[in-house]
Amino acid sequence: MSDTAAAQPSEIRTRQRVKKDAMMSIEQVSKEFDGTYAVDSVSLEIYSGEIFALLGASGSGKSTLLRMLAGFEQPTSGRIRLDGEDLTGMPPYKRPINMMFQSYALFPHMTVEQNLAFGLRQDRLPRHEIKSRVARMLDMVQMSKYARRKPHQLSGGQRQRVALARSLAKQPKMLLLDEPMGALDKKLRTRMQLEVVDILESVGVTCVMVTHDQEEAMTMADRIAIMDEGRIEQIGSPIDVYESPKNRMVAEFIGSVNIIPAHIEADEEDHMVLSAADLPVPIYIGHGVSSGIDDRDMLFAIRPEKTILCTEKPDGEYNWAQGTVSDIAYLGGHSVYHVRLDSGLVVQTVLANTERRTPRPTWEDVVWVSWDSDSGVVLRN
Amino acid sequence: MKSLTFTRCMFWFGILFLYLPMVVLIIYSFNAGRNVQVWAGFSTHWYAEVLRDRQLIAALWRSLRVAFFSATAAMLLGLLASIAIIRMKRFRGRGLLSGMVTAPLVMPDVIIGVSLLMLFVSLQQAIGWPAGRGLNTVFIAHTTFCVAYSTVVISSRLRELDESLEEAAQDLGATPVATFFLVTLPIIWPALLSAWLLSFTLSLDDVVIASFVTGPGATTLPIEVFSSVRLGVSPKINALATMIILAVSLVAFTSWYVTRRIDIRNRRLQVQYLKEAE
Repeated sequence: MSDTAAAQPSEIRTRQRVKKDAMMSIEQVSKEFDGTYAVDSVSLEIYSGEIFALLGASGSGKSTLLRMLAGFEQPTSGRIRLDGEDLTGMPPYKRPINMMFQSYALFPHMTVEQNLAFGLRQDRLPRHEIKSRVARMLDMVQMSKYARRKPHQLSGGQRQRVALARSLAKQPKMLLLDEPMGALDKKLRTRMQLEVVDILESVGVTCVMVTHDQEEAMTMADRIAIMDEGRIEQIGSPIDVYESPKNRMVAEFIGSVNIIPAHIEADEEDHMVLSAADLPVPIYIGHGVSSGIDDRDMLFAIRPEKTILCTEKPDGEYNWAQGTVSDIAYLGGHSVYHVRLDSGLVVQTVLANTERRTPRPTWEDVVWVSWDSDSGVVLRN
Repeated sequence: MKSLTFTRCMFWFGILFLYLPMVVLIIYSFNAGRNVQVWAGFSTHWYAEVLRDRQLIAALWRSLRVAFFSATAAMLLGLLASIAIIRMKRFRGRGLLSGMVTAPLVMPDVIIGVSLLMLFVSLQQAIGWPAGRGLNTVFIAHTTFCVAYSTVVISSRLRELDESLEEAAQDLGATPVATFFLVTLPIIWPALLSAWLLSFTLSLDDVVIASFVTGPGATTLPIEVFSSVRLGVSPKINALATMIILAVSLVAFTSWYVTRRIDIRNRRLQVQYLKEAE
């Protein structure tokens, strides 16, 4: 993934609409199922107007956390507050929160119109009010033509729009999205991601989404929380979590990364030097790790696209490695090279295919991989 | 070609096996003579005879009433049992309940009949209810074994129902009760209907259990037919059976025709929508 291209729109969005006041606060929330913690004392704040993504593999507890926000599960301990009001223990039908389900959960026996009106009818709004609101929602998702159809007569993308409109019809304080693109194929997914974000922005609703797809989280969300085994590993903007991962789990979960065990030789204010058994020369990093650490065995993490592949030995006494090409994945826009170092460690590097059919390194060629002094990050082991 | 002819033979053999007895029965219902084995010319005499037979018509009416009420009760109880088994995740006795409710499926009718009879007798001795045996006890007995069938039918549909539909309804502000009536029920009603029809048929059909728990003045149609056949098969029974077959086929044909019409209309709409989408 090209990190800058994906992250920029969300940065612009962050500046425009997110006010940094906590709309929802989740305080020390845990959920226990039969002795194991699906969610383990999670605390976080969601700002009003932002799109917040819970990202994690299946079984990481992200869905359980979302279901607790919706009220379908009760936390074993902890509090959930929305605008200062304690939601813990409140049944789902009383919460000012609506959810778009992964399967969309459109009522099969009702038309599109009746689906949208369902929530408004429960609030006993006057008939003309319901009618005009449904019409407005249909217009917003461009489904007015299909008002009288049943869900099974719609395509996947159309169903998603109806589901989105239905969850927004009651003007909830907060919208929950459960794997919003999970039921769509890849082409449609990229288009709907931007379309959904546009709609959410125009409505200005605060939104929490759950996804296992990092690309989706980075495209749509202002902030991302990475979850693993019921805990939150890191919270930050897409750029934060990609460029400054806090630990190995986050670094490996988001995008691909080369992890090289290294030992701190020198740690100064403006630079540090690490030695690695897998590399012929030391690693030089243009900043120091401020706190004094007793354990000097660290991990050096560097993304493939931040390394340079060359066919000649680089100058300098730092930051390069020598090896042979063991695998090439040609992906059109760029190629991923797997380079086997002399130590046996395989590192990935990316070569952008900026020219057509120029000679490139091929299998078993001897190549060098190098990087800048500020390209990698040091992680605690 | 050889295998095809073999398959055909088996097909026609199967058809004959299933329907020949009914065809014979229908033909002999128009027999003029009293003797069932000898054809004595065409007549609709026995049909008039059936309609004139007060006892038989009364038994039919009684059976229909028992079947109607026990089917309705079994459907409602089956629905409640299904909800408890499928939806109440925190209910610890789920496995036990589902096993016990469906036990009558594999229990021989004779045993169900005897045990219910003993229950009714001892209940009468202990609390004076039910006072003797009659239609009430037949109704209770039929409801008991029909609940097993209707629970199986309804719970399998409820298990298939996407739970997120009910969650979505609650999420949109519907209370659990409103969710049941606005979402769950409208989606699973075909299963309720099949459970009702199945129970109705089973109740209408039952000889063994009913003969244990029935009492004087409460003879159901199957018992009536069974006992009259023991005194010699009357062509009246053939005529009655033919009328029942006609009624059943009419219902089956109508439901087939209606679903086919709906199917065709839906397919036409689908094609039209696909064209619009292009």
